Amino acid sequence: MSVVDSMSLPNDDAPVLEAPKRSRRGKYNAKEVGLAFVFLLPSLAVFSVFFYLPFARLLSWGTYESVRGGASYNPVGLDQYKDVLGGDEFRQGLWHSLQFVLYTVPAGLILGTLLAVAAHRRLKGIKVFQAIFSSTLASSVAVSSVIFFFLFNPAVGFFQVSWQSDPDMAMFAAALPAIWQNLGLAFVIVLAGLQAVPDEVMEAARLDGYGAWRRLTRITLPLISPVLMFLLVILVIYGFQAFAQIDIITKGGPGGASETLVFKIFKQTQDYGKGAVLSVGLFFVTLVVTFFQFAILDRRVHYGDE
Amino acid sequence: MASVTFDAVSKRYGEVTAVDDLNLAIDDGEFMVLLGPSGCGKTTALRMIAGLEDISDGKLSIGDEVVNDVDPSRRDISMVFQSYALYPHMTVQRNIESPLLVRSYQVDGPDQPARKLTKAERDERVAEAARVLDLEPYLKRKPAALSGGQRQRVALARAFVGRPKVFLMDEPLSNLDAKLRAQTRIELVELHERVGTTVVYVTHDQVEAMTMATRVAVMSMGKLQQVGTPQEVYARPVNTFVAQFIGTPPMNCFPGKIAADGSRIEVDGGTLPLPAGLIAVPAAGSTVTVGVRPEHLQVAAEGSVGVVVRAVEWLGHECLISASIGEATLVIREVGMSPSAAGNDIRLSVDAADVHLFDPNTTLRIG
Repeated sequence: MSVVDSMSLPNDDAPVLEAPKRSRRGKYNAKEVGLAFVFLLPSLAVFSVFFYLPFARLLSWGTYESVRGGASYNPVGLDQYKDVLGGDEFRQGLWHSLQFVLYTVPAGLILGTLLAVAAHRRLKGIKVFQAIFSSTLASSVAVSSVIFFFLFNPAVGFFQVSWQSDPDMAMFAAALPAIWQNLGLAFVIVLAGLQAVPDEVMEAARLDGYGAWRRLTRITLPLISPVLMFLLVILVIYGFQAFAQIDIITKGGPGGASETLVFKIFKQTQDYGKGAVLSVGLFFVTLVVTFFQFAILDRRVHYGDE
Repeated sequence: MASVTFDAVSKRYGEVTAVDDLNLAIDDGEFMVLLGPSGCGKTTALRMIAGLEDISDGKLSIGDEVVNDVDPSRRDISMVFQSYALYPHMTVQRNIESPLLVRSYQVDGPDQPARKLTKAERDERVAEAARVLDLEPYLKRKPAALSGGQRQRVALARAFVGRPKVFLMDEPLSNLDAKLRAQTRIELVELHERVGTTVVYVTHDQVEAMTMATRVAVMSMGKLQQVGTPQEVYARPVNTFVAQFIGTPPMNCFPGKIAADGSRIEVDGGTLPLPAGLIAVPAAGSTVTVGVRPEHLQVAAEGSVGVVVRAVEWLGHECLISASIGEATLVIREVGMSPSAAGNDIRLSVDAADVHLFDPNTTLRIG
C-alpha cells in the first residue's frame, strides 16, 4: 500500500533526487522497438484471442441487421449503430443502469467504509464482526438475490411489500442485494486500507488534538483515498454490468421498468446485430464514466509519493 | 513547562507487567532520559505520559494535575515518534501547523480563556519553527520528498510549535545514520536549552543518554533501576545491570573473594585492592562480584593480577584487549597501540577507587 511505502525512510540527509523526467516519446532505435514487441508478444497473443479479436467481431456484428427474427442478416453499415444508440430503448436502458449504479455504489461504499472504520479496533471478538461484515462478499449474486427476493416477497416475505411489481420501486428492490454485496467488498478493502495506515500517525493526530471525526475526515479518509478511488471505479463498473439481481428479482419488470442495458442486451436473442450495438454502447458508456472518474477525482487522491 | 510525576504507576497487559510500581519525579525543565533495553517498559512509561496507554495502577501527574483520566489532547504535551508519524498527505507547512489548527491555546495570559490562534499567529509560529529547524526551503513539499533527517526535523517542529508543557520523544534518532545522529544530539540539546521545556526522552542507546540527559532513569524488566545524572550512573551504578548497561564496552564483572584478613579481594590470577567507603563491609572469605570498567584497568609489569591475552582489537585511537580471568573474559581499554598480542601473559593494576563490589546474590552494589 502506498501509505506504507511513503513511511519507509531513507536513512541519510542527502538531498532527495528527483527521478529524471523521461520524455513521453523516448528515442528508441529499431532494435529496442523490436525487442519490446518480443516481450509484449505473450500478452498481446492472449489479449488478441480473448479480447481484441472478439471485440472486433462484436463491432462488425453491429453492422448487420436481423431479418425475420434472426433467420438471416443484412449488412447495413453504421446505420444500425445510429438508430439503436439514438433510440429510446438504449436511452431507457442507460437510465435504468444509471439508477442501479446510483442506488448501489454510494450506499455500498459509505456503509462498508463506516463498518470498516468501526471494526478497525483492537477489541476482543472484533474478528467475529469482521467475518460477518465481509461474508456478503463470499455469497454469490444468485444466492444474495434469492435471499432478498424472499425477504421482500409480498406473500411470504419478512417484509411483505410489493416492490417487485411497483414500477417506482422495482429498480430499488433489485439494487438491494447489490448494496448488500458492495458493502462487504467495500468493508474488506477499506479495512485492509485502514490497516496500512500507521498507528503512530493516528496517535500523533490524537496528541495534536484531532477528535474522532476530524481524525476520520482529515487523516484517515485522505490516507485511504486510493482505496476509495479503486472501490468507486470497480463498483460503478459492477453496477453497469449487473444482471442476475435484476433477472432474479424483477425480470426487468414491471413493464420494462427495471430493464438495464445489460438486461436489454440479454433479451436480444432474436437479433444479434442489435445486441452487439447495445453491447458496444455499454462498453463506451463504462469507458467514459471511468475516464471522468479518473479525470475529476484522481487529483484529490493522495498516493503518498507526490 | 511542568514537572511529571509517576507515583507507584504500573501497567499490566493481562499477565504481563510492562511497568512495575514506577516512582519517578521528573523536574520542570529537565531533560530526562528513560534508558533500557527493548521490552524494559520505557516506551510504555512514555506512552502513559502521552495518554496513549491507560494506567493500571498508581497516579501520574503533569504539574499539579493528576492526568490518569485526562484525554491526550488535553494534557498539553507533544510527542516525536520513532517513525516521525508525519501526515503523508499534507505539506511540511500543514504538518507543522496541524496542532495549531485544532487546539486552543492560552495565549492571552493565564487568566484568559484558551482560544484558537489566528492565521497570522499560526503563520508566525510555523515560520519560527521552520527557521529554527532549517526547514524553510521545504515548507511546500510533502514528507515523501524529504530525507530522513528532514522528516525528523519536521516532526520536531510540529512538536515544538504548540509550545507544550512537556515534550516526549520516543527513540527519535534511531532512524538516522551515525553521523546525522551525532549532529542531531547536539541540536536537540541546544533546542532544549533554547525553549527550556521539560523533555522526556526514551532510548536504548546509552550514548544518547549520557550526552543529552540532565538525569537518566535506567529501566529493566519493567522496573526502575537507578535515577541520576549521567556521571552518577556511570560512577556509582546501583547494581550489576546498570553497571553493565552504561559504558561501552560494558563494565567487567567477575567473581572474587574477600581475603581472610579482609584487606584485599582475591580473584583468579591475583588480588585487587578493596575500595574505601563500602556500604556494607562483607565478611572475610565471602564471595563478591567484582566490577571494573575497561578504561580503569592498566597493563603494568608490577600489576596485582595476571591474565592471558586472548585477542587484541586495534581501533585506531585505542585498543581493546580481551583476556581470560578464570572462567570470565575481561576487556581492557588501552590508549593508542598495545604491545600485547594473543597468548601473552600480562599483569593488570587498578586503583582501589575504581573497583566496584556487588552482592553476587542480589546483584546490588555493596561498595
